[in-house]
Amino acid sequence: MIIDWPHFTPWASLAGGVLIGIAASMLLLFNGRIAGISGVLGGLIAFRQDQPRLWRVLFLAGLLIAPLAWTMVGTLPAATISADYVELIFAGLLVGLGTRYGTGCTSGHGVCGLSSLSLRSLVATLCFMGSGFATVYVVRHVIQASGG
Amino acid sequence: MQLLSAFAAGLVFGIGLILAGMTDPAKVQGFLDVFGTWDPSLALVMGGAILVGLFAFARAKRLRRSLLNAPLYIPEPRSVDKRLVLGSLTFGVGWGLGGFCPGPALVWLGTGEAKTAVFVLAMIGGMAIFELLQPRAR
Repeated sequence: MIIDWPHFTPWASLAGGVLIGIAASMLLLFNGRIAGISGVLGGLIAFRQDQPRLWRVLFLAGLLIAPLAWTMVGTLPAATISADYVELIFAGLLVGLGTRYGTGCTSGHGVCGLSSLSLRSLVATLCFMGSGFATVYVVRHVIQASGG
Repeated sequence: MQLLSAFAAGLVFGIGLILAGMTDPAKVQGFLDVFGTWDPSLALVMGGAILVGLFAFARAKRLRRSLLNAPLYIPEPRSVDKRLVLGSLTFGVGWGLGGFCPGPALVWLGTGEAKTAVFVLAMIGGMAIFELLQPRAR
């Protein structure tokens, strides 16, 4: 394993993580809800009529407006998307389906679930990290390395 | 108040994701590239978030209702099943391929970037397919 020191941003990432933890704590302690993004969004598009929707809309609105709020005080960091449109459609479908079947994503299982010491969330996190490692390995070191 | 706190939580969450570097798919893939040159930053994102979250969940487990008197929706402990494992494995493949998980994708959609919009539409499509495949009566 080779560490990518030039791209390593320990303090910004730790501080960002603390903010994410504070946000998840706010939603839990004030609203009584789990800040799992796939669950918040999934509950919004679910057909069940008994799902309260307004808090979901407002939480997601907060997410969407974050870049605008950021530009009021600074410049947004760059985002490099190496996947092409076809790959992104495929990736999006897998993320949408997988997070709903798996009942959570990086935030729901990886942050909230692990914070509540849930065994299911630990298993889920190990699964999506493991398949994420494997996927990037195949894309970067098998397909791209062979010039595909 | 509850609606205001939901909005504030979303905003703080989104700013945290940008600061953490999670909205850059190349950085996320750099974290997932453990067999190449590995950027460990995102381990610190989860570490920082869990550090704070541990206190909040410990507190919430002793509460009957939220601090704003809302019911607490904390998932009951359930056993690990095949759906959890297969679903999470599937999610990881999509995450590695695109470099986006749901939260950062929604935040970056706020910039109006076209590729992100395509990813989010496909993700919502995937969630809709899940809903269509659910049995109607439970």
